Amino acid sequence: MTPVATTFPVRPRASHRRSTNEPPLVRGLLITVALVFIALFLVIPLVSVFAQALNKGLGFYFQTITDPLALSAVRLTLIAAGISVPLNCVFGVAAAWTIAKFDFRGKSILLTLIDLPFSISPVISGLVYVLIFGAQGWLGHYENADHPWFPWFQNWLNAHDIKIIFAVPGIVLATIFVTFPFVARELIPLMQAQGRTEEEAARVLGASGWQMFWRVTLPNIKWGLLYGVILCNARAMGEFGAVSVVSGHIRGQTNTIPLHVEILYNEYNFTGAFAVASLLAFLALITLALKTWVEYRNVELRGTAFTPVPIGKKQ
Amino acid sequence: MATRQTGAKRIRVLPGFKLTLGYTLLYLSLIVLIPLAAAFVKTSTLSWAQFSHVVFSPQAMASYRLSFGASLFAALVNAVFGLIVAWVLVRYNFFGKKIVDALVDLPFALPTAVAGITLATLYAENGWIGQFFSSTSGWHLYLHLPAIKISFTRLGIFVALTFIGLPFVVRTVQPVLEDFDSEIEEAAASLGANRWQAFWRIILPTLTPALLTGFALAFARALGEYGSVVFISSNIPMKTQITPLLIMTKLEEFDYPGATALAVVMLVVSFVLLLAINLLQWWSNRYHTSSLS
Repeated sequence: MTPVATTFPVRPRASHRRSTNEPPLVRGLLITVALVFIALFLVIPLVSVFAQALNKGLGFYFQTITDPLALSAVRLTLIAAGISVPLNCVFGVAAAWTIAKFDFRGKSILLTLIDLPFSISPVISGLVYVLIFGAQGWLGHYENADHPWFPWFQNWLNAHDIKIIFAVPGIVLATIFVTFPFVARELIPLMQAQGRTEEEAARVLGASGWQMFWRVTLPNIKWGLLYGVILCNARAMGEFGAVSVVSGHIRGQTNTIPLHVEILYNEYNFTGAFAVASLLAFLALITLALKTWVEYRNVELRGTAFTPVPIGKKQ
Repeated sequence: MATRQTGAKRIRVLPGFKLTLGYTLLYLSLIVLIPLAAAFVKTSTLSWAQFSHVVFSPQAMASYRLSFGASLFAALVNAVFGLIVAWVLVRYNFFGKKIVDALVDLPFALPTAVAGITLATLYAENGWIGQFFSSTSGWHLYLHLPAIKISFTRLGIFVALTFIGLPFVVRTVQPVLEDFDSEIEEAAASLGANRWQAFWRIILPTLTPALLTGFALAFARALGEYGSVVFISSNIPMKTQITPLLIMTKLEEFDYPGATALAVVMLVVSFVLLLAINLLQWWSNRYHTSSLS
């Protein structure tokens, strides 16, 4: 059978609008609504932080952020983030390895438990540590605690005069708690998607466990790991509620940057509060820039910061 | 699966299962599970009368109403505007789109204390935005409408919670919209559906699970929020005191049993929400994959 010519004369349409596009008016309206919403809630607040910070000029600005109390707050924030981020990194890699590469019962429960700190109010995250290490807690500093479960440990704390609550260790613990899931939650879906074949090949070819990890696994997960670290660090440096509960608010000793902002604000030193807050706003902008860059390199990571790891996802 | 059946013996090719699982469980227990258990154990030492005296007190009931109400309204506003923002970011091109896309995550990156003092200042009577609603100036005077106080009222709490929950709906809806097969829309159009019908009957049902997930995440986040609200609210008991703030007040009065009892109520609510979110996400993934693949 000879094919019939199937070219029909098509009249060029006046409008190029496709049937799956909205009319230009609707499109313009939606873009306007979205941009006004973003401007009102995001752009104006961000601009106003810097405008308020420079209210009394650059001199006052630099004087406030180089104040000894401000610098000690910066140091404590760096210490808290410097301890909690690496610890949660190691945990994240271990948890992702065991969850993504092996099958065992109770996996979905484990996933939910890892995500738990995100769904808990920061105030409660701080409170639970007060219950354990506070004056009346299980591991309280004092020998007359309610339930002296581990008297030797309490005696040891007393003997070395180590305080946990209303001191630096409590701040570090609370920071670890609130940033707990970040790295694990980024790595689990990534490693699940990658499967086991590359690692199995390395093992079959005679690589030791560590060789396999450093040469195969780590290069594969480096972007996810970096992404998790960026998010974890942002939260660690900015945490307010949980740290506020366990910090004694002792100026120059147990104040982190967000707590220092609160003190200045409550003293009606608004310009000073915004000057210190602008440091955190800078950090937020750097976080957003790095995050966008990593997402650009590794598209699968987009949006994963906000949604829990899906349970029951099979490889 | 990492195990291979060879006769009766299972051999794992990959190393480190026991080590990593053991470490995961140990770290999880020490940092999260044991401290959380402490809250429940501490509460169990209270009698039911003591417990109910705290958690059903008028002050606590007022704080639940405020926390739930404000979080619900904030999550609803975020669901509507988040959907519009996600739609605009996926479907249209405009100047500055990439910057807007990156900025959506700002509420996540900006520490809550900074958000709190900024919003409180912006929406105060003499603030950049608050002045338009103040009693001395503002557009509403021409329309003979009453002045609206935002900072230090319930409205302020709603504004802070909306800011906090903003990224969730956008980020849950965006990927689903990006993967949406345009052939389905074309089919709808060729069968005579107009644009609104295609959206209402084809696109929105597909987005619903993701939209609900985003809504639930924003709601859960708003419910526990403390840092931004403490600055923009006047924290008056029975009026502008959210539940996390009531817990904080009890802690400052060294009323640990009272604070812990309220914390347990909130923890139970969090667990229920977490379960709901997991179910929603499971539904979302199933829906998403079955309708598109």
